[in-house]
Amino acid sequence: MKPINPSELARLKEVGLSTLHPPGLRIAVGMATCGLAAGAGAVYEAIKEEAGKTGLNLMLIKTGCLGYCQQEPLVDVRLPGRGRVLYAQVSTKAAPDMIAALAQGRLPAEGPLAVIAENGNSKEIRLEGFDHLPFLDELPFYRRQQKVVLRNSGLIDPASIEEYMAGDGYQALAQVLSDGDPERLVEAITRSGLRGRGGGGFPTGRKWRICRESSEETRYIICNADEGDPGAYMDRTVLESDPHSVIEGLIIGGYAIGAHQGYIYVRDEYPLAVEKLTGALAQAEELGLVGPNILGSGFDFAVTIVRGAGAFVCGEETALIGSIEGTSVEPHPKPPFPAIQGLWGRPTVVNNVKTLASVPIILRRGPDWHRSIGATGNAGTVVFSLVGQVANTGLVEVPMGLTLKELLEEVGGGGLNGKRIKAVQTGGPSGGCLPARLFDLSIDFESLTGAGSIMGSGGMVVMDEGTCMVDVAKYFLAFTKAESCGKCTPCRDGIRELHNILSRITAGQAEAKDLDTLEEIAGWVKACSICGLGQTAPNPVLTTLRYFKDEYQAHVLEKRCPAGVCSALIELAINQEACNGCGLCLRECPTEAISGKKKSPHVIDPVKCTRCRICADVCPEGAVQVVR
Amino acid sequence: MIELTVNNQSVTIPDGGTILDAVRAAGAELPTLCHHDGLEPYGACRLCLVAVTHPRNTLAAACVHPAEAGMVIDTEAPQAVQARRLTLEFLLARAPGSELIKNLAARAGIESSRFESPPGVDEQEKCILCGLCVRVCREAIGASAIEFIGRGENRKVGAPFDLQAEACIGCGACAEVCPTGAVKIEDRGGLRILHTWHTQVKLERCSGCGSYFAPQPMKFMKEMYPETDRLWGLCPVCRSKQAGLLVEVKPVVGRED
Repeated sequence: MKPINPSELARLKEVGLSTLHPPGLRIAVGMATCGLAAGAGAVYEAIKEEAGKTGLNLMLIKTGCLGYCQQEPLVDVRLPGRGRVLYAQVSTKAAPDMIAALAQGRLPAEGPLAVIAENGNSKEIRLEGFDHLPFLDELPFYRRQQKVVLRNSGLIDPASIEEYMAGDGYQALAQVLSDGDPERLVEAITRSGLRGRGGGGFPTGRKWRICRESSEETRYIICNADEGDPGAYMDRTVLESDPHSVIEGLIIGGYAIGAHQGYIYVRDEYPLAVEKLTGALAQAEELGLVGPNILGSGFDFAVTIVRGAGAFVCGEETALIGSIEGTSVEPHPKPPFPAIQGLWGRPTVVNNVKTLASVPIILRRGPDWHRSIGATGNAGTVVFSLVGQVANTGLVEVPMGLTLKELLEEVGGGGLNGKRIKAVQTGGPSGGCLPARLFDLSIDFESLTGAGSIMGSGGMVVMDEGTCMVDVAKYFLAFTKAESCGKCTPCRDGIRELHNILSRITAGQAEAKDLDTLEEIAGWVKACSICGLGQTAPNPVLTTLRYFKDEYQAHVLEKRCPAGVCSALIELAINQEACNGCGLCLRECPTEAISGKKKSPHVIDPVKCTRCRICADVCPEGAVQVVR
Repeated sequence: MIELTVNNQSVTIPDGGTILDAVRAAGAELPTLCHHDGLEPYGACRLCLVAVTHPRNTLAAACVHPAEAGMVIDTEAPQAVQARRLTLEFLLARAPGSELIKNLAARAGIESSRFESPPGVDEQEKCILCGLCVRVCREAIGASAIEFIGRGENRKVGAPFDLQAEACIGCGACAEVCPTGAVKIEDRGGLRILHTWHTQVKLERCSGCGSYFAPQPMKFMKEMYPETDRLWGLCPVCRSKQAGLLVEVKPVVGRED
């Protein structure tokens, strides 16, 4: 292929539409990391093999993530004339029946989750034999969602630039370049109300303007794809499922600020994201959408992918810049902000993956469209990875301003196994834990910060009554302790001491004054650290102290863990009525703490017992209970 | 020029100055450990924290925070004093062997730290990880012979793999800038031994008096400064005599605090 001119975008769009809606059978298997972890790779191979055996003619596609990770492997079957159905939790064993049905010209009957609506497939038409089946966006999980960032995720082949173009991909870039008015472009993004989706929430238009107005000629734009929060995978999914949206956003951002070099800094622990991104960039370069004289506009823009080596602190923008420069990775004090003095000392815009992925669609649909979504001052949507003890886990995108309750109850479907949700932790390891009584809180930057948490990059960990909040705080502090770069005293030594105190509390070795010390150090680390890592790391401690003080007091004063989690503070016993004497626990106990005759109730010796809970896990009767 | 207020006193400092410059102009006392006027601002030790009360309420590290016109600084605000106290208490746990830290702590009313020393730290430890040695070696000397190793509580300074630092020229600047005397350097016979970096460099004899005086790797300076040719190879004492100057020159060795 050779560099294209703007008119050829329409032709490539037609190519994309023809593979998205081919005349024959199209099967798309969700093969982002979440799908692969659930076994989608084997399902893909099984379908391919079965189809080969039966000689069935089909287009088999590896698509990205539709968000409903819990239902993976997801297989999207489009049979022209019959309809398009999404199948959930597909196993390799289901492949032969699936292919046999399709070979007979009908949709498989086993495992359908929803009907996927298409242009011309109006809501009134239900598929024959699938009358009971809801449309995808009618499922409770999707009903409150609104896809802006994830508009293409799981629907297109991320390896096909044409399928990205089928949804008007690169049209925004073409329009912006033909307008030739970067000033108006910055104005449009400012007016759209877009705020940084990496967690800071700084207005994107304003950041672009600061950089654009610099007197320095050489400027840079960087896409921050160094997502490292435990339990968070928003950026990874976007890169794996729709890499072109990020690349298009980056080029447009570069044009807006007058940069000719862009970087995508992606962590190397995301091999599939790196692969998809590298492939997408090569396609864009081949078509002349990246490189010299893009679409004949005279605008030159190069993109370099930099792979991060695994330090969490590199997600902090000044440390990230140092990593690209090849120096040892430490955050630098701000000011000066990167938009004034960044990479190689030049003005640099650092934008998150989701921020950049939003840019093309905002320009196509207009700033007012974007402003109309979400809440006042918090326009647009927010992407969360909803994980933990919640019925529906997955990647969700909802308008800002939705309440936590709506998100957890409607999208999340409530607690796992019907248990009551006790708290939710937003914003990754540096976020805060918010109690159920605050679930009427609106999901926006200011409300979450006001309650002591943060929006962060979008991790949301749901916890039920079986969670000990002190233990949770200890877990997150162990993470930030290990990931502190060690440059400044509060973060390096303060977080270590916070973790020490939390360890003493959960071990039943703390005194009442430790709680005051905990609060004192946490406040100091938050106020005095150099960068965002240290400034937010105490949030799990501060919020659990604020909302779950009674649990701390139970640990410290009564040497008791109310949730029955902290092993030093609990005792396990066998309910004599419930035990049927099967002997499973006796066999599995690693310390030989259990005794009892076959078919009569067993007992645990509390001295020998290490509270490992293996007995509780294996007991078919649920007879092993926490008694203290 | 920037006009601002420090402890109710109006001061004027040149453009581009930091809060620390303003504090100094006001004659207020403020301890700094990781700061050195000859090196880039770093802001790591957090001992120079002051309260900014206008235009926003915040704590700022004076050494790195740019001074702004109209800013109001209070070095003795309770929250600033308390923040510096905690910093000292943690530095005392990290470097229990440093007299400087002990003295600063004592002046803040801290006799002992409530906190545990990090793993691997003994009573003799003096390093507070301020990074002055690393930065002087990189920024001022251009050798980059030592670097930070590890992260978080495991952070330390060292030569690559804790072996002989090939890039070290034995200049001793690291020991000279160290505020706590944590860098051990010793001249013994024909060797300069940089104990802390597991590194030794050979010394050159003075062509005048025959005493060992300069590290051999520093010979590159002969090419850099050809005008010194006549005096090259002489120890500071002989050089002063030769040049007709009799000045006392302090030898470069590690100093205790």
